[in-house]
Amino acid sequence: MKTPVLIAIALVVALLAFGLYQGLVVAPTEQTMGDVQRIFYYHVPSAWTGILLFTVNFVASIWYLFRRTTVSDSIAVTTAEVGLVFWTIVLITGPIWARPVWGIWWTWDARLTSTLVLWLIYVSYLIVRRFSSSGQTAVLAAALAVFGFADVPFVYLSIWFFRTQHPQPVIGGGGKLDPTMWHAVLYNWLAFSAFAALLCWFRYQLERKQRDVEETIALESLLEGSPR
Amino acid sequence: MRDGAMRDGAMRATPSATSTAVDAPRDPMTTATGAPSVLFATLMKDLRLEWRSKDAINSMLFFALLVVVVFSFSFDPTGDDARRIAGGLIWVAFLFAAVVALGQTWAREVRNQVLDAYRVSTAPANDLFLAKALGNFLFVSVLEVVMTPLFVVFYNLRVIGPAYLLPVIAVLGTWALVVNGTFFAAISLRTRSREVMLPLLLFPISIPALLGMVEATKIVLTGESSAKFWIVLLAVYDLVFTTVCLSLFETVLNAE
Repeated sequence: MKTPVLIAIALVVALLAFGLYQGLVVAPTEQTMGDVQRIFYYHVPSAWTGILLFTVNFVASIWYLFRRTTVSDSIAVTTAEVGLVFWTIVLITGPIWARPVWGIWWTWDARLTSTLVLWLIYVSYLIVRRFSSSGQTAVLAAALAVFGFADVPFVYLSIWFFRTQHPQPVIGGGGKLDPTMWHAVLYNWLAFSAFAALLCWFRYQLERKQRDVEETIALESLLEGSPR
Repeated sequence: MRDGAMRDGAMRATPSATSTAVDAPRDPMTTATGAPSVLFATLMKDLRLEWRSKDAINSMLFFALLVVVVFSFSFDPTGDDARRIAGGLIWVAFLFAAVVALGQTWAREVRNQVLDAYRVSTAPANDLFLAKALGNFLFVSVLEVVMTPLFVVFYNLRVIGPAYLLPVIAVLGTWALVVNGTFFAAISLRTRSREVMLPLLLFPISIPALLGMVEATKIVLTGESSAKFWIVLLAVYDLVFTTVCLSLFETVLNAE
C-alpha cells in the first residue's frame, strides 16, 4: 500500500480513538440517563455522516443525468453503499439506546420511522443496481436516486404529523448540551466523516478497477472475434 | 437526454421520410401532428385492448377481493374498531391490486417491440408515459368504484365525516400510486426478476402517499378531525412526483 494511504489510515484511526476518548472519558455523565447516553456520541455523528453521503449520492446522480460520466456514477454507488452502512449503524444504536431510556426497543414515531423508510429506499436503490443489466444500471439508478431524495421531505413531514417521542433535533433545539458534550459529538463527527471518506476512497478505487476489468474483458472478446 | 436531442435532430433532417414511413396517413389519430394525438391514440389503444381482454381488471378485482377476505380473517371486521382500520385495509388492498395491473403495463409493448419502435420515432416520450399512467389510473379507478361498495357491506362502514372528500382523496391517492407505479414498472422492465422489482421500488417511495390516503380516509370515516393536511400533502406529492416522472421518463426509455 502506498505511503499517503497508510498515513490517511493512521490519521483516521487516531481521530476515531480521540473521539472515543472524548465520548467515554472527557464528556460528563448525563444526569438522568447515566452512561447509556454515551451512545449518543456514535448515534448522532453516524446519522450526520449518513445524510452527508446520501446528499453526495443525489448530487452525483444529477451530475450523471446531465453529463453521463462514469466518475459520477462511481461516486453515486460508492456513497450510497457507505451511506447505507452508517445509516444501519444509526438504526442499530438507536434501539440499544432506547431500550434502557424509554423502556422499549422501537416506537413508530416520526424520526425512527423516517429513518427506517430512508433505509428501505436506499436498499431498494442498491437492489436495482444489483439486478439491472450492466449497460442500464447507471441511468436507472440515477433516476431512482432522484425519486428517493424527492421523497425524503414527504416521508419526514407525513410521519412528523403523528406525535413524536424522539427528542427534538439537537441543533437549534435549545442547545442545552454541556460544551464538553458538544466537543465529543463534533470530534466524533469529524472522525466518522474522515472514516467514511476513507471507506469511500477504497470503494471508489474498487469500483474503478472493476470497470477497467469489465472493459478489458469486453475489448478482448471483441478482438478475438475479429480477424487478425 | 442527449440521445433524445440527437434523435430529434436526425428526424428533423429527413421530415418527408418519417412522415411516410413511420406514420400511417390513413388513420388521423396515429399521425404525429401534435402531442395530444399520440397520447390519445396510445390511451385508446390500451383501453380497447383492455375492453376486449379484460385481463387487468379481472385479475385486479379478484386479487382485491381475496385481500378483503383474507383480511377479514386476520382482524375482526365488524368490531367497533372496524371504522378506524378500514381506511388502511381499503388502501392496502387497492395498492396490492394496483401492483398486479401496473406490472403488466409494459409487458405487451416489450413483447411486440413497440418500445423499440417508439424510441426511434419522433413521438414525444412523455405522451407515451402519460397515456400509460392515465390508462392505469382508469383501471384502478374502476376497481375502486366496484370494490368500495363491497367494503362498505363487508365491514359495516358508515361515513361520519364529510363524505364528499372521499372521491377527492381517492383521485389524489390513486394518481400518486399510479404515476410512480407506471414509472417504476418501466424501470423494473430493465431488470432481472421484474415482477418482484416493482413492489420493491414502489412501496418505499409510496409510503408518504399511502400514509396520506390511509389517514385522510380514516379521518373522514370517523369524522374525528380535519383531513386538510393530508389532502394538501397528497396534492403536493402528486405534483412533485408527476414532474419528476415526466422529466426523467425519456431518459429511462432511452437507457441502453
